[in-house]
Amino acid sequence: MATTLDKVDVVTVGVGWTGGIIAAECAKEGLKVMGLERGKERSTEDYSMVHDEYRYAIRYELMQDLSKETITFRNSRNQKALPMRQLGSFLLGEGLGGAGTHWNGQTWRFLPYDFEIKSMTDAKYGANKLSAEYTLQDWGITYDELEPYFDKFEKTAGISGEDKNPFWGKRSSEYPTPAMKKTPLLSKFETATSNLGYTPFMMPSANLSEAYENPDGQQIGACQYCGFCERFGCEYGAKTSPEITVVPAARETGNYDIRFNSNVVEVMKEGDRVTGVRFIDTVTFEEFIQPAEVVVLTSYVMNNAKLLMVSEIGQMYDPETGQGSLGKNYAYQILPGASGFFEDQMNVFMGAGALGMTIDDFNGDAFDHSDLDFIHGGSISMTQTGARPIATNPLPPDTPAWGAEFKKASIENYTRTLSVGSQGASIPHRDNYLTLDGTYKDIYGMPLLQLTYNFTDQDRALHKYITERTSEIMQEMGAKTVVGRSPISDYDIVPYQTTHNTGGTIMGGDPATSVVNNYLQHWDMENLFVVGAGNFAHNGGYNPTGTVGALAYRCAEGIIKYSKDGGSLV
Amino acid sequence: MAEKKNVSRRDFLKTSGIAAGALVGGGIIGGVIGANTRQDTASTSGGEAGHSGGGGTTEAVRGLQFFKNQQEFAVLQQATERIFPEDDLGPGAIGLGVPFFIDHQLAGSYGENSKEYMQAPFEEGEATQGYQSRLKRNELFRQGLQKMQQEAQSRFEANFVDLEGEQMDEILTAFQDDEVDMQGANAQFFFRLLRQATLNGAYADPIYGGNQNMEAWRMKGFPGHQAAYINDIESEDFAEIEPHSVGDMLS
Repeated sequence: MATTLDKVDVVTVGVGWTGGIIAAECAKEGLKVMGLERGKERSTEDYSMVHDEYRYAIRYELMQDLSKETITFRNSRNQKALPMRQLGSFLLGEGLGGAGTHWNGQTWRFLPYDFEIKSMTDAKYGANKLSAEYTLQDWGITYDELEPYFDKFEKTAGISGEDKNPFWGKRSSEYPTPAMKKTPLLSKFETATSNLGYTPFMMPSANLSEAYENPDGQQIGACQYCGFCERFGCEYGAKTSPEITVVPAARETGNYDIRFNSNVVEVMKEGDRVTGVRFIDTVTFEEFIQPAEVVVLTSYVMNNAKLLMVSEIGQMYDPETGQGSLGKNYAYQILPGASGFFEDQMNVFMGAGALGMTIDDFNGDAFDHSDLDFIHGGSISMTQTGARPIATNPLPPDTPAWGAEFKKASIENYTRTLSVGSQGASIPHRDNYLTLDGTYKDIYGMPLLQLTYNFTDQDRALHKYITERTSEIMQEMGAKTVVGRSPISDYDIVPYQTTHNTGGTIMGGDPATSVVNNYLQHWDMENLFVVGAGNFAHNGGYNPTGTVGALAYRCAEGIIKYSKDGGSLV
Repeated sequence: MAEKKNVSRRDFLKTSGIAAGALVGGGIIGGVIGANTRQDTASTSGGEAGHSGGGGTTEAVRGLQFFKNQQEFAVLQQATERIFPEDDLGPGAIGLGVPFFIDHQLAGSYGENSKEYMQAPFEEGEATQGYQSRLKRNELFRQGLQKMQQEAQSRFEANFVDLEGEQMDEILTAFQDDEVDMQGANAQFFFRLLRQATLNGAYADPIYGGNQNMEAWRMKGFPGHQAAYINDIESEDFAEIEPHSVGDMLS
């Protein structure tokens, strides 16, 4: 028998970037907010011994415990989905701050093109540029409408950057802090891309170039370039994360509580409204019901979709008919790139997660696709994130993967190799989607989420084209040997690729083809909001967090509005 | 070169009368046996990393936490040494303490798959679906090492640890190419796990028992735990920095 707790105005499921932003904004307006977090509390003090590659980067200290819950996966509908038993392709977060604790900090605004991708592609290239198998759609919001929310997120996070990119959307204000240090390695990339006629600029970074106080009065430290960002927490409080910004801002209002070890298993509903959530205390396994005026799903892509599915809210997507929206347009990311082997040793072990330079000449629709068999593209960057010795064993072609030759080559090249990589956009396809698994369950007895996904012809063409561009850049940088990444075939869930999963709970202008409206309010249940990268109708050519942050501020505004006036916000 | 090494290893086995596993590159344990053994050990392991001292490192007693059978551990030692051999750059897996690292990891959450989804049903899937065995890593390692020994017997009528280097490589390659039958798992997965565990042990912070005296970091030019590079990151010159362990923070 579940214990029913006192009702709150707003309950959020998960306390990372989105849960933290919603909490801070709503609590400042006087709403009583409860954050339910399945993981534990953690803070900067817990990262004092974080320079440990094995524990954090290889053994995934900060990531989701898959013994409790995972997903199942198959490449296509005619395969049987099997559990992702070990972390691989992407790394799911857990605990206060979520994946916002162990992110790299590369903070982008998606391009104006991204938000209106269907209309703009059709207008420029005709309606048949891609086949009908690609379920491309506009986002129901424009860049200009989202700009104030991007601006707000960047000011909260203190993003370091420079406005020198001719291809991105117009900004209403400068970055809050200057760009990071331009190291000799980045200068190599800058010179090469300039020589090729492109426009390099410093990557927008949440590893701050200087100490900063944000509009909420929270302090963020200055990056020390220690080289331990991705998969790690920051011991300096210099990599902006929810637990050093929005979470304390929410707590200072006195209107916010977080309950840890609380795993939500169901969104409760009555008629066309939600009434709260049911959760299980992961320590005692006691069941609780948290009633709330407004429920906000603020966990990761996978879990947001799963909670709607197990709670039977919304219409499931059916790949046969194309009907339904829940689980539709799951997208990943395509990672073209090239490595270059150099003569001289370089300080590759120094760095920061978002220390990099980028060109956007091959992102979005910055280049003409008339004679190409794909749309969109990707940002092309060189980052200096801090190469670590277990994971970094660069080998020139035809070097064996173990033994005497391997040892010599991997040691020789560790400090003599650079990579230029791209985050390639991922265009949704009717056969790539999320649903519930019929066989496997989590430890709470709920079905696992099932992922059906494979790379498409669009992905393969994009990958090949951008890989060629990155190889040219690496050649221009003066590498003695340049190796472009191999062409992609089937998606493989084993090797790590990127944690930029998107879709499944997409936003849009039409209830028939989207899960939430452009305030991230559910079309069927007006007091339910769902926010995160699951809202993306496709995946763009950048890291997602900047856009997720903007959507969270948009969502918070919607919740506050709804709390006053009720009803549908659009 | 391989021949000479193996002669000394075989002689050593005969004279010592115990399995090589406990001794080869075994640091303290080797030291206890006596000076002659230590010399023999040095010829295969490239030096007593645990004894070379180097900056007041505290010596720790080493022993086995997971393996109970010294022969299995001896196979592990030789297999990891083939993957990451001693050479003119510095010590190999044995000299770095990698086999002890792996043994310790297999005894803990890594070996027990504590953070992995291990619920039934178990079905063999496509390669793109990843590991689908009910075997835990430590069970997989034991079976894999036993299979290596069996392969040595069936191919060369000898113990794995007595083989020439090239013969060991032939067996390792058969695992890598998935040409050895294993139960409840496949050989290629085991090989990849073994290779990765070897690299983990070589390059992880020495607090885990491998990377002895941070020799692997020195070979590679990685400075380990350093508080900050803010004052060096704009320098054009390559920085040669004496490495530090996160363990130094507690001393």
